[in-house]
Amino acid sequence: MNFDPRLTNRSFTSVGTRPIRPDGIDKVTGRARYGADFNMAGQLVGRVLRSPHAHAVIRGIDTAKAEALPGVKAVITAADLPDLTNGDGALYDILDNCIARKKALYDGHAVAAVAAIDARTARQALKLIEVDYEVLPHVTDVDEAFQHGAPLINEAIFTEGLEEKPVKPSNVHKRTQYGHGDIHKGFSEADFVIERSFRTEQTHQGYIEPHACVASVSSDGMAELWVCTQGPFVYRQHCAQLLGMEASKLRVTSSEIGGGFGGKTHVWAEPVALALSRKAGRPVKLVMTRDEVFRASGPTSATSIDIKIGARKDGTITAAEATLRYSCGPYAGMWAEVGAMTAFACYRLDNVRTVGFEVLVNRPKTAAYRAPSAPMAAFAVESTIDELAGKVGMDAVDFRIKNAAQEGTRASYGPVYGPIGIGPTLEAVKNHPHMQAPLKKNQGRGMACGFWFNFGGQTCVDLNIGMDGSVSLAVGTVDVGGSRASLSLVAAEELGIDYAQVKAIVADTSSLGYNDMTDGSRGTFSSSMATISAARNAIKVLRERAAQMWDIPADDVVWEKGHALAKGEKYGNLSPLSLKEIAAQSGTTGGPIAGHSELVADGAGVSFATHICDIEVDPETGATRVLRYTVVQDAGKAVHPTYVEGQYQGGAAQGIGWALNEEYIYGKDGRLQNAGFLDYRIPVCSDLPMIDTQILEIPNPNHPYGIRGVGETSIVPPLAAIANAVSNAVGVRMTHIPMSPPRILAALEASTSAQKSESIFGKHDA
Amino acid sequence: MRYIRPLTIEDAVGQLAGSPGTAAILAGGSDLLVRMKGGFVEPELIIDIKAIAALSEIRETAEGFSIGAAVPCAVLGEHKSLRQAWPGVVEAAKLIGSKQVQGRCTIVGNLCNASPAADSVPALVAASARAVVAGPAGKRTIAVESVPTAPGRTSLAKGEIIEAILLDSRAPRSGDAYLRFIPRTEMDIAVVSAGVNLTLDEAGVVKTARVALGAAAPTVLLVADAAEVLVGSRLDEATLERLAKVCAGACRPIDDKRGTIEFRRKVAGVLAGRAATAAYQRAGGK
Repeated sequence: MNFDPRLTNRSFTSVGTRPIRPDGIDKVTGRARYGADFNMAGQLVGRVLRSPHAHAVIRGIDTAKAEALPGVKAVITAADLPDLTNGDGALYDILDNCIARKKALYDGHAVAAVAAIDARTARQALKLIEVDYEVLPHVTDVDEAFQHGAPLINEAIFTEGLEEKPVKPSNVHKRTQYGHGDIHKGFSEADFVIERSFRTEQTHQGYIEPHACVASVSSDGMAELWVCTQGPFVYRQHCAQLLGMEASKLRVTSSEIGGGFGGKTHVWAEPVALALSRKAGRPVKLVMTRDEVFRASGPTSATSIDIKIGARKDGTITAAEATLRYSCGPYAGMWAEVGAMTAFACYRLDNVRTVGFEVLVNRPKTAAYRAPSAPMAAFAVESTIDELAGKVGMDAVDFRIKNAAQEGTRASYGPVYGPIGIGPTLEAVKNHPHMQAPLKKNQGRGMACGFWFNFGGQTCVDLNIGMDGSVSLAVGTVDVGGSRASLSLVAAEELGIDYAQVKAIVADTSSLGYNDMTDGSRGTFSSSMATISAARNAIKVLRERAAQMWDIPADDVVWEKGHALAKGEKYGNLSPLSLKEIAAQSGTTGGPIAGHSELVADGAGVSFATHICDIEVDPETGATRVLRYTVVQDAGKAVHPTYVEGQYQGGAAQGIGWALNEEYIYGKDGRLQNAGFLDYRIPVCSDLPMIDTQILEIPNPNHPYGIRGVGETSIVPPLAAIANAVSNAVGVRMTHIPMSPPRILAALEASTSAQKSESIFGKHDA
Repeated sequence: MRYIRPLTIEDAVGQLAGSPGTAAILAGGSDLLVRMKGGFVEPELIIDIKAIAALSEIRETAEGFSIGAAVPCAVLGEHKSLRQAWPGVVEAAKLIGSKQVQGRCTIVGNLCNASPAADSVPALVAASARAVVAGPAGKRTIAVESVPTAPGRTSLAKGEIIEAILLDSRAPRSGDAYLRFIPRTEMDIAVVSAGVNLTLDEAGVVKTARVALGAAAPTVLLVADAAEVLVGSRLDEATLERLAKVCAGACRPIDDKRGTIEFRRKVAGVLAGRAATAAYQRAGGK
């Protein structure tokens, strides 16, 4: 494969236009097939029995009565998914999370499952399974779990990353550290230092489509899985390993996806459905209820973060430090580490240190959620930056511009940046009319920056040219944010044909080589690179076929604007051959025409955004209303600008929900109190203003078209932008997310009573 | 599970009284069906009352209004004279769930679901609404506030069905209002709420008042002390401050996923003041 991925200077015909989305009509008419819309003859209904306890030893499970119930075709426990992980700790954790082995580790942890002829029978069967629990003390709070003496979740966890291996186990799985320079020296040079502690509560991705799959294991050992996922190849790998199958014998087909946001990058119910099907000998459909989605899938970390930043009078930051404690659920993770990497990525710092602690708690396993770990770190850092700007006496935007990272800056997490967008987004915000708009009483404005790495990874596409000149593009990255439209635009651009001639589909795992998941904002970045490569390979074939039709050397044929041209004066009388004309003759010139590509997409350009938010607070009730919201983000090159804007708006909308109302609320009993959309409050349409967007295009030098991923960065700044807006509206620094009305009202009352006692004190002094 | 659709209230009462197992009344189904789908209840008998013609009517007489148990909340909003007479009751009914839910749900269902956070109930209590109960022993009329006895429980006896809600015709210079606190703008459930109903004298002084609080105690609270604060006033600032204090004091709230004790107390007072002000303006007070 001889593919040059470097940026080329070119103008665009298709890329940058806004055609109607190819999946739109099916989605709005209900025709699109999601995870639960697939059915097979003779399929059974699968249901999962879940632990009501936050932490309990499973002494035994008696399934006899459930198995005896007419209509029940299979009952499984951990015994039916034996440990085949062969010392792979991460894989063992996935297995244990799918079905608890020795202990139930959170409220909602799967302990058994049934497959029955209908839902009613399956539900009845669950009630007949007897689980003998020995309830253990539990801990759900990240700070409490961090303390010595907290109930121990896993006795084999000895904190990694310390200079000396600890002698006692704890709930802290790992310590990680990033940074450079000398922070002590840096702080000693500061004229102002702000130190603050912050907390964020746990949130769920809130995808509207619950996890759903149909699994079918044949008696010859071949299996199929139809599933709502962000990564069919990874699901195939994990399911095959857990079930002891060869990956090639399991064919995974991804459905349309009703939201994933990282939550559908992990297997939960799929190995269970396969195990049920294997035991029952019939297909099994397993669809989670909303209650199960909240209790057992998703969420992101709850966090507790300490920030210290120092600056000179002239506004130069001299040192920055962060300590980040992130909850991982009951298994090891690297969530705090990612937070520690992203925390100060927007800034040019000589002295910086970030330390992350992965904390185990009796909550569901933490899953990726859109730029995982970055929003919470940005909330803590950007709140402190805002406060420090005030202390220095500088405008919040100017203070950030003065300290913003640039091309050549060594990032706090290690690498040296190429061309990046933080400076341009800040300048755009500074000049945006939103920043000058007047505010009324009880209203406040806030702004904040955010960063995300973006990812590339393993990618494979097939581009087939039909005899009618249509192009079908088979990709292996699930379309979660409009990639079928974007990739069709890219294929049309590279081939020089009309967008309408191209149709992209998401292929199943038996039709295409391995692809990494649609995560890390990689879908369009990496699959567009592979699409360009595949198109170039197809063009080579097209040129050869044209040469054959003309009976001239292939080297004398060039490809321009969708046509083969014979190069040189001697071919003056040959009129160009269109792709359609060449395709029509393909049956007699060598058969079907296709281009293939497999590559590792390197060089995903980092992404930055700056957001502005206006908010109004009712000082008597703590109620908030987002009045205006603006997103400015670098896209590298916006392939389909409407989708890019949609990603910007979607991230902001999720961030607004997270900042203001969304949180997992646990009772003292360790049980989740609000496992439903009534009391887990994602925003409804009327909660949000129209979210304005501004796309900046600072080309990524490592992609032929300059494309960067755009999906995740938009959720990084909102928590901080909204917290800064609320803090400015009420005059009290908000340090606890979500800023629900009771929290805002309590902060206001505390501030009022503090002011009162101060004034009494003042009188006495006088 | 058996589903029946009786044509008369007598038949419905007879079927309900005679059912040996668990039975449920189905009107809009916006609570019942959700609870059944969630697996929380599995009634053996479901009695759909929507085929009983009288239960789907709003009747207006010289005495006032009779709202049938199967009348959806959206229909209350389309009834011009009801909206004019009792704007607070209608606005409360039209806050329940979403537009789609309001096309199905009923105020009697809201009352019998016996949630302390029911939106229409404080407004009905403030309005001195009464419930007509049909049962094996005949009919009786009771105050709305005597229906819920605890979260999820009512004072209705076996076989009894509420067939209608009665609202009085309006005295001149009267107004009512209902406000609730939710963290969102819609599709939510009250964290705390207040309904106020006032009648003024010719000079614009409050002559009679009723103040009810929702989600502030296990059942709806009718706060007599709060009404006393309002009577004789023109809702000046000092009155509203005292009203807020009395309402905050009358609450017996809990800490839960929807709000804290402190928050509910404080906001109960704020909402009572705002609802009183709105009711006063509707009554023509200035």
